Amino acid sequence: MQAPATERESFSTATEGVIDADIHNDLPSRETLLTYLPARWRRHHELMSGRSGRPGSYYPRSITGNARTDSWPPSGLPPGADLPFLREQLLDRYNIGCGILNPFVGIGGHQDIEYGAALARAANDWLIAEWLDPEPRLRASIVVQYEDGELAAEEIDRVGEHPGFVQVLILSRTCEPLGRRKYWKIYEAAERHGLPIGIHFGGTGSGPITSVGWASYYIEDHVGASQVMQSQLISLVCEGIFERFPGLRVALIEGGFAWLPPLMWRLDRAWEKLCEEVPLVRRAPSEYIREHVRLTTQPMEEPTNPRHFLKALEHMGSEDLLMFATDYPHWDFDAPDLAFPIRLPEVLQRKILVENARAFYRLP
Amino acid sequence: MAMTDRPTWAPLTTGVIDCDIHPSMHSVEVLVPYLAEHWRAYIRVSAFKGPVVTSYPRNMPTSAQPSTKPPSGGPPGSDPKVVCQQTLDALNATYGILNCDYAVQTVHNPDFSAALASAVNDWLSAEWLTRDSRLRASLVVSTQHPDLAVREIERVGDLSGFVQVYLPVHSSIPYGNRYYWPIYEAASRHDLAIGIHFGGAAGHPFTPVGWPSYYIEEYVGMAQAFQTQLVSLVCEGVFDQFPTLRVALIESGFTWLPSLMWRLDKDWKALRREVPWVRMLPSEYIREHVRLTIQPQDAPAEPRWLIETIEELGSDELLMFSTDHPHWHFETHEEAIPQGLSDAVRQRVLVENARAFYRLQTVD
Repeated sequence: MQAPATERESFSTATEGVIDADIHNDLPSRETLLTYLPARWRRHHELMSGRSGRPGSYYPRSITGNARTDSWPPSGLPPGADLPFLREQLLDRYNIGCGILNPFVGIGGHQDIEYGAALARAANDWLIAEWLDPEPRLRASIVVQYEDGELAAEEIDRVGEHPGFVQVLILSRTCEPLGRRKYWKIYEAAERHGLPIGIHFGGTGSGPITSVGWASYYIEDHVGASQVMQSQLISLVCEGIFERFPGLRVALIEGGFAWLPPLMWRLDRAWEKLCEEVPLVRRAPSEYIREHVRLTTQPMEEPTNPRHFLKALEHMGSEDLLMFATDYPHWDFDAPDLAFPIRLPEVLQRKILVENARAFYRLP
Repeated sequence: MAMTDRPTWAPLTTGVIDCDIHPSMHSVEVLVPYLAEHWRAYIRVSAFKGPVVTSYPRNMPTSAQPSTKPPSGGPPGSDPKVVCQQTLDALNATYGILNCDYAVQTVHNPDFSAALASAVNDWLSAEWLTRDSRLRASLVVSTQHPDLAVREIERVGDLSGFVQVYLPVHSSIPYGNRYYWPIYEAASRHDLAIGIHFGGAAGHPFTPVGWPSYYIEEYVGMAQAFQTQLVSLVCEGVFDQFPTLRVALIESGFTWLPSLMWRLDKDWKALRREVPWVRMLPSEYIREHVRLTIQPQDAPAEPRWLIETIEELGSDELLMFSTDHPHWHFETHEEAIPQGLSDAVRQRVLVENARAFYRLQTVD
């Protein structure tokens, strides 16, 4: 990874505790963003009653609100919407020195591009006012309308220098593979501001949720997160994104990680034979991946034989790739003290819990 | 390199079974004698040249080992004598399984698709299976309407030489869906395996996030399609519904399987209420019912990691030897099978696993 152009401005005291690379805060209600929207879009918001995404791709979750049953705050707000409760239940309880907010507010893949961009602006102003300003341990991903590169880049330029924003958020089910040209303006802007791209599982895409048609069950949707991430990573590498944007860093969030070694092997072998088709890919795909890409750990891989967990880490070929995440307040939450299926060497554990994310997000 | 210059294989062992050999045809003219007059006229008038797929671009190095081109002309794989020499004779093999990737499933006209499937099977039977007693074959079916596939399985399923029903991995609906169950019922009735093979084109984008730009993405991404199909077969309860069903994943790669089983097992523990018919750990169903062929190996640079990955499969019964002739995955026979396997495991991979799976007789 290239050295940071400028160290990001210190936003809190040096990180001591765990870094949680995936926290989902939420809006208290659909109306919350109204106060952050200009009148023209306020009227539109009311008119559309929250219509967003592409219908037909929803699988009922296993649990109400997709959240831990104990994560409903006493205030009556939805899980993740109550900052004092989040502080208590997550940051204080687990000694989280820094947590990165990835708000799921149904904006990124909006069909109405202009409306989506207006909502993204409102969401980022809401993040600054109600989360980043009051809680120095929190950072956030910039919400963008990612299906339009130019509008997304405008928003990155608008808020990208705010010290609380450390990443640009894209949900993994996009309309086209993320290496495609339509997304390049986003990478250009992210690189300009020294921000990584965070690709988080979710989104509604533009077709079936798998490459072989519509699945029947949520369990397929959920396991399928890893196939989606693999497809995006293949696209980023094969389109030469890391040659075109040499300063770009990418985090793959909540898509698993044990699939990475075999994918790197397959990509490298295919590249040896097929590289003539993609001359911009000058080095073995695994080299780009180890240099530019990081993955979050939740949901933690749990091999039947826990020793295989250590093998999976070894097969990554680098100790720098994984960043711990809780996914609070979702049902498949990982606690830093319980999630690892086997005891790790201390240095490696500290890298995963703290150091890798600190370097990647350039945290103090 | 001329065919006769191809290095002879040092004998791997006696009784090798090659589970993936690709017969091909010069043109649709080869099938014409096996078609009714109505379809002959249809082919003449429409100038139909054959199903349109992009799975094997003619000049891509993975598509054909240079020495496999028959001296008589025609595409690699089109001359049974050359194919048998280069695979069965060279390997001193007892059996070879023919997988014809003629993609009748991509022909939208269901009756034409079914007629082509029948013609392919009659051609396989007349011009391949009768020519060499070591050959076995997968029967080709159209999948647009499973009743048409069932009709074809009934027609040829008991003919000598057919051991499997061929399904391309790119389907329009995931293969676990009950839409396809009549096919599995018929396969079970005739004691045929299901062989899901690399390739196909069902009209969906080749990734869950839209159409990729490059063939290398399609090639590498085929592994994610296999993963999705396996998840679907397990989660839809196919292996309880058809307890004797055997499924081979062919030209799928296999190094991705351990991490997929970990993720699927973990999600099943949390989400099995949604799929109560899945009574055991998904990995248990997979080890019981599913086998994978060994090309391409997608081998890591560090050979030990491949052996460790094979150990992580949790069973030495899952892998079946294949050359994937005429596709190009290895240079010498030493590369055709992972180095470092114990003699017992090697013997299973080369011989025993396929013999048991395809119920083949021992040959003295």
